[in-house]
Amino acid sequence: MTSATSLYTRLARLFRLRKDIHPTLFTLSGLFVPLVLLAAWWGATAFGLVKPLFLPSPGDVIAEGWRQLTEGILFTDAKISTYRILIGWLVATVVAVPVGVLMGNFRIIEGALEPLISTIRYMPVVALIPLSILWAGIGDLQKVLILFLGTFFQQALMIMDNVKNIDANLIRAGQTLGFSNQEILRRIILPAAMPGIWDTFRITIGWTWTYLVVAELVAASDGLGRRIMDAQRYLATDTILFGTLLIGLLGLITDYCFKKTGQVLFRWNKAGR
Amino acid sequence: MTRSSSEPMLVLDGVGKNFLVDKKSIVAIDSIDLTLRKNEFVSVVGTSGCGKSTLLNIVGGLEEATSGEVRINGVPVTGPGRDRGFVFQSYSLFEWMTVEGNIRFALEKSNHTKAEKSELVAHFVKVVGLAGFEKAFPRQLSGGMRQRVAIARALVYKPSILLMDEPFGALDAQTRGMMQELLLQVWEDHKVTVMFVTHDVDEAIFLADRVIVLASRPGRLKRDIQIDLPRPRAFDIVTRPEFAEYKRQILSDIREETLKVMAMEQP
Repeated sequence: MTSATSLYTRLARLFRLRKDIHPTLFTLSGLFVPLVLLAAWWGATAFGLVKPLFLPSPGDVIAEGWRQLTEGILFTDAKISTYRILIGWLVATVVAVPVGVLMGNFRIIEGALEPLISTIRYMPVVALIPLSILWAGIGDLQKVLILFLGTFFQQALMIMDNVKNIDANLIRAGQTLGFSNQEILRRIILPAAMPGIWDTFRITIGWTWTYLVVAELVAASDGLGRRIMDAQRYLATDTILFGTLLIGLLGLITDYCFKKTGQVLFRWNKAGR
Repeated sequence: MTRSSSEPMLVLDGVGKNFLVDKKSIVAIDSIDLTLRKNEFVSVVGTSGCGKSTLLNIVGGLEEATSGEVRINGVPVTGPGRDRGFVFQSYSLFEWMTVEGNIRFALEKSNHTKAEKSELVAHFVKVVGLAGFEKAFPRQLSGGMRQRVAIARALVYKPSILLMDEPFGALDAQTRGMMQELLLQVWEDHKVTVMFVTHDVDEAIFLADRVIVLASRPGRLKRDIQIDLPRPRAFDIVTRPEFAEYKRQILSDIREETLKVMAMEQP
């Protein structure tokens, strides 16, 4: 009786509104859900509830991964795809930062570009594949172009918001201290907005990863996305599943790297009191 | 009695400000004339929305007046300048710089040598009582300490006028009291003309040589009261009968304005 009550109260303690829980418990809960899904997946395939064609077993997927690793396909695919993503994202970022910063600071530039960018943002990138081939051929340039198109427009608008969200009095403080507009932009607005912009980087490179398959949809002979599209032809569902999980994992690693680098770069941004 | 001289330092000459709201021009401030003498400490109080912050921004050159002009030592104000220091309620520190870095940044446009700058920074760190926190980042400091940094940053380049926009409004009562005493100390030691906007009547009287009460909608000069309390002032001055009389007068002015605004807002 008492133990039942205490179990109940213990469980209830986990569901108090906005209250912290033990950090270990927090981490474990993050492992719990994937493990349950994994167990369900394993159970469904092991007991023959679904045909392997529709859902291969975890073992099959691991075996497929091992095959790709030992045959050396895995690294060449991952390398070329990572390369495309980095270039596509970097080009988007190099353009989006100045564009977003200018839009966030000058109403005239926001007025000139915002309607256009907001419209293009809703255009499906997949529909642009034929044009992208016509313009950029079938080489890496076309893949980078697709990744750029999938990333840039959202990114520019988000950076504009990051810049707008800084305390406007910082700019006024800069003006009272005698700094020019250009100095205020470079030395006050940019550093103040940088933690927010860094978060945008983190989010948008995740989106670039999700556009990988689209970018390698046509006219590619290698890459993680290409491997998945090829597997479709042979109904190799284990290859499809492994490829998808791998892209997710690489995305997660990228995200982690950005998060850690951000914590080091913006140590001042950590609340002390 | 007061430490200010009779020299006019800051002159507001018929300053007015209109805002466009729903394509209609609203008079926020209607022709204010005001003169601050050198080293005078003037508080500006009024109901919320009476335009006191707008007025301060105009003096700071951060907003443009629609009519009239502001003159500092006879020269019309055309924009922000280093003859004025500004302290905001939101602290507005450069959070990626240390305490020292924030204060030093304000000296960048000064013609001091590196050694002189270091000396000035060290001096003002001490003046605002932040010795030992030079290398701390603003996020690591309490609200009161952050505002100390902001005051040091606004004073280090020796502006002749200090403009303060409800600087202690976000602080708790105890910290606010300490900051008021600190500000008076700094003002006595560093000879600067202060224009201090607040909605706290006690604070306005405690600090100032003169309290300006603004009328609301449009903002107009309602009353200009000379505060003849001895200096240096300590916290217990608020218990004096003269203090209570000033307070009664100002509170009744503000109450009158609040009632007027409330009547205007009736459907």
